[in-house]
Amino acid sequence: MCVLFLYNNVNVGYFTILLTINGNYSPLIFHKVLDIQKIRQDFPILSEVINGKPLVYFDNAATTQKPLPVLNALTRYYEHFNANIHRGIHHLAEKATSAFEASRHKIQTFLNARHVEEIIFTYGTTDGINLVAQSYGRTFLKAGDEIIISTMEHHSNIVPWQMLCEEKGCVLRVIPINDEGELLMDEYEKMLSEKTKFVSVVHVSNALGTINPVAEIIEKAHAVGAKVLIDGAQASSHIDIDVQSLDCDFYVFSLHKLYGPTGMGALYGKKDILNAMPPYRGGGEMIKEVTFAKTTYSDLPYKFEAGTPNIADVVAAYTAVEYVEKLGKKQIADYEHELLVYGTDALQNIEGLTLVGTAKEKVSVISFVMDGIHPQDVGVILDQQGIAVRTGHHCTQPLMQRLGIPGTSRASFAVYNTKEEIDKLVVGLERVKKMLS
Amino acid sequence: MTINEKQDELIEDFELFDDQLDKTQYIIDLGKKLSPIAEEYKTDENLIRGCQSKVWLHSEMRGDVVHFEADSEPTAQISKGLVSLLIKILSEEKPEDVANADLYFIDKIGMSSIITSRRAGGLASMIARMKEFAQRAAEKVS
Repeated sequence: MCVLFLYNNVNVGYFTILLTINGNYSPLIFHKVLDIQKIRQDFPILSEVINGKPLVYFDNAATTQKPLPVLNALTRYYEHFNANIHRGIHHLAEKATSAFEASRHKIQTFLNARHVEEIIFTYGTTDGINLVAQSYGRTFLKAGDEIIISTMEHHSNIVPWQMLCEEKGCVLRVIPINDEGELLMDEYEKMLSEKTKFVSVVHVSNALGTINPVAEIIEKAHAVGAKVLIDGAQASSHIDIDVQSLDCDFYVFSLHKLYGPTGMGALYGKKDILNAMPPYRGGGEMIKEVTFAKTTYSDLPYKFEAGTPNIADVVAAYTAVEYVEKLGKKQIADYEHELLVYGTDALQNIEGLTLVGTAKEKVSVISFVMDGIHPQDVGVILDQQGIAVRTGHHCTQPLMQRLGIPGTSRASFAVYNTKEEIDKLVVGLERVKKMLS
Repeated sequence: MTINEKQDELIEDFELFDDQLDKTQYIIDLGKKLSPIAEEYKTDENLIRGCQSKVWLHSEMRGDVVHFEADSEPTAQISKGLVSLLIKILSEEKPEDVANADLYFIDKIGMSSIITSRRAGGLASMIARMKEFAQRAAEKVS
């Protein structure tokens, strides 16, 4: 068996490898291999020159860059579709409404949600968590109830629950981690009791890249009758998400980390739970009828979408999801894993560099510290070489306290990054060491 | 030397480098020459709330001039270098001169992106703190 030739699918950006078996051509598609150079051409910003050097963008866990189809979708919306949605009777309003609702269907499929009305558009992951904490939490949780989060949560999955605890007298409990940055599942199990009413954990850690065993977390929480929210901000671009098989009660993510526009995200919630929850914000579209005596609310999903939504970005989200689907989640994950292995190996060989977060299951995020060098100085000197990384506590101060460090430098890879860029990072870090020794 | 003469001299020094990295190296080297601040001055009150690294500033009047001492946490070498530039320009000057100083060197040496952004541990807040102290001292004198 040998690889016969590479068929370059120009529209999609991957190679299809055809095989010969015993000298006969096989129509079998063995494996799609992404054509990274072609993918890079979809991202105009990757041609930017920073401080006289070509940009190496390794801050993808903060936000990914946007491909041309997404940029074009935004322009096309404003050029041909722009109108306020749902209530308009005219042609443009109808076009805008159907594009907006098409995105809802797209995200339903992306998450494999059972019903389209289980998808609520939000301003992002943080907004989704706040919606659940405020609407579900304030209605169904009471004094003494326990809410479980983990040590590696982003502030956005800590603060909304702290606010709720302060108001309602609930108790916040935190799943500890080991030094590799993995959740201590035994400790989690010990925490669960009939007092546990809600569990809210991150699918993938933004600071460490750890992939958490969310299916197990959900199953165990359900066994004591608790509801579960999964913060998928960092997972959506790397991992296949199936909310039905996970059986989570809520799943939140942001489109801007999935090659889509900023200021737009989605909340998935199980229909019966969302139906039982009161509206979170009041205003247009979320009402059925308003009188000064009483207002009745719309059905799902509009009940939670007060005011004119972020229509253009929701519409462009369709294209972002489609872009990821065309490349293939598995192909993206395989390639990013290759970068992770290559990068981990390369960085480990730098003397005085220590990796932070060495979980067995990780996405393409590498956090590290360097002996005697402040992460901020690493960031500044890399930036001067055109390399964008993130430094600091990554909005996970409690995690940094647990690890006993003020912060890290973090390189996070997306599908358009290359091994050559990782080589540049290594050279850049050697320069950092030389300058600060 | 006046504040502006000191700034002009610094600008000339930086003109020797055309590369950002070389300029940064120079800043790091200047930081290494900064005399350390006394431990007793590393108080919470003297801490400049920056974004990522810790910087302390101690201010006092010595005769008719303002005296500044500052330091960063030891690993934050770029911050320390930038702090040393500010000390060089503003320390041992009359309070009214410090309060009214136009720190044009920041733009001219081409490091404004580091100095004014949040990255360098709140250098902008350090300048504000220095000027505030000088302003109060100037008001007391007059």
